[in-house]
Amino acid sequence: MTWKQVFTSSVGKKLVMGFTGIFLILFLIIHVSLNACIWANDGGKMFNAGAHFMGANVVPRILEIGLFAGLILHIVQGLMLELSNRSKRGIAYASDYGNRGSKWYSRSMGILGTLILLFLILHMSDFWFPNRAHQNFVLGEEIDLYAKMKTTFSELWVVIVYVLGCFSLGYHLAHGFQSAFKTMGVHNKKYNQMLTSIGYGFSVIITLAFAMMPLSFYLSWLN
Amino acid sequence: MKFDLNNDKLYRMEHYNMNLTVKVWRQKNSKDKGGFVSYQVKDISSEMSFLEMIDVLNEKLIVEGAEPIAFDHDCREGICGQCSLYINGKPHGPWMANTTCQLHMRAFKDGDTIVVEPWRAGAFPVIKDLMVDRSAFDRIIQAGGYISVNTGNAVDGNSLPINKDHADASFAAAMCIGCGACVAACKNSSAMLFLSAKVSHLALLPQGEPERKSRVLNMVAQMDKEGFGACTNTGACEATCPKEISISNIARLNKEYLFSSLTSDK
Ligand code: HEM
Ligand code: SF4
Ligand code: FES
Repeated sequence: MTWKQVFTSSVGKKLVMGFTGIFLILFLIIHVSLNACIWANDGGKMFNAGAHFMGANVVPRILEIGLFAGLILHIVQGLMLELSNRSKRGIAYASDYGNRGSKWYSRSMGILGTLILLFLILHMSDFWFPNRAHQNFVLGEEIDLYAKMKTTFSELWVVIVYVLGCFSLGYHLAHGFQSAFKTMGVHNKKYNQMLTSIGYGFSVIITLAFAMMPLSFYLSWLN
Repeated sequence: MKFDLNNDKLYRMEHYNMNLTVKVWRQKNSKDKGGFVSYQVKDISSEMSFLEMIDVLNEKLIVEGAEPIAFDHDCREGICGQCSLYINGKPHGPWMANTTCQLHMRAFKDGDTIVVEPWRAGAFPVIKDLMVDRSAFDRIIQAGGYISVNTGNAVDGNSLPINKDHADASFAAAMCIGCGACVAACKNSSAMLFLSAKVSHLALLPQGEPERKSRVLNMVAQMDKEGFGACTNTGACEATCPKEISISNIARLNKEYLFSSLTSDK
């Protein structure tokens, strides 16, 4: 079995989804922890210091390239798998199978992923792109990201779109977290039950923590 | 729906007769476009099996000079995996851990409309009416679902120690009757539950060791070639399987695949 055969097989493609998915989860942990610094409520001093470390330091900026590679792989592979899987039925059933044995969000990973993708386009054009453009895409001076958050999240529609984006991510992870471990071969019952519980907990925490950020600005919980 | 003997919607034990409307997929051959035809069936006993109800309908069609409905069946006792039928949106009908031949008419009530479709998957083309071609499963088995056995005298069965947990898990996986309900239930038309049952059955026993790596790699390659989808771990297959094959077998298959692809020589 050559590498090409392995990674173009259905199981190999899923392995790519699982590994990149876990990689993105690790990124989310860093992202949410750093952003939580806004709640230091110090006018953004702590948050901007953290953001500055990530944006003006060579190591995180190299890791950023890996993050993009992983994200693009996950998105392209995910959308291709979704389209391929959808084409396998042939003639559709007249009566719907329904929910027996599966959750709606486990059957909607492609749609949830697409919603996350749309959200990411908006999100990156709000923060990442203006900031990197200001740096001329090298390691230069950054904009005041805390102030940028404040203005961005003063608009109700933006806040609503962000909260919906966070919930799409939450449901994507509610299935994806445990699914990724199964894809990587964890079959022992005691680990699977544990990972499913951790996955639900993680999804809820990630969703609420991220969703609270735009709300905190919009509802003026921060000074 | 859980397996619940007290649920009288699912299990009405007293005998009753019913009249039903049965909407059946009719298709002359694999080239024909096909479509649904509605039939009225009268005086069906609650003690009949679902296939006996179709037998009654077919007798009527034959007497009327019409073409009887083609459907697969063999043992009619839940062990051969020949019967299929997607009944009211569920492969093998509404009961859990059950084959169509073991579905009884007490699952329905007077006046019900029952929609009967063939398994739907590109890899399971319709041959006629409700019969589909499941030879893709045979080709998957041929690709690796076997073990090498030396000729010569049979060795004493007890000379080969086998871990009891492995033997039990292997036996549970070996229960798969190859019916294809997992494919019919899966939104991706994936054959992973079937495949994982076959791979787990042999990977857990010392007899399966010689072909352990090539088996999983070749069987997955054949499954992809047949045009089944990829697994997304939704769990619909496990809930539909008449033999309650656990979805944890799929994770075991993934492990076998990852390990075999990393360590195989080729
Ligand atoms: C940006 C657009 C995204 C798209 C289009 C997308 C799409 C998909 C698709 C189609 C799947 C396969 C469904 C399945 O295997 O059950 C999947 C799985 C997964 N996704 Fe995403 N996703 C996106 C973003 C993300 C993000 C941001 C994360 C996490 C931070 C993530 C984490 C996961 C995980 C953990 C899995 C499970 C992998 C597995 O089951 O093996 N995804 N994604
Ligand atoms: S795994 Fe279950 S549903 Fe699938 S073929 Fe085997 S017995 Fe049938
Ligand atoms: S006819 Fe043999 S399992 Fe149903």
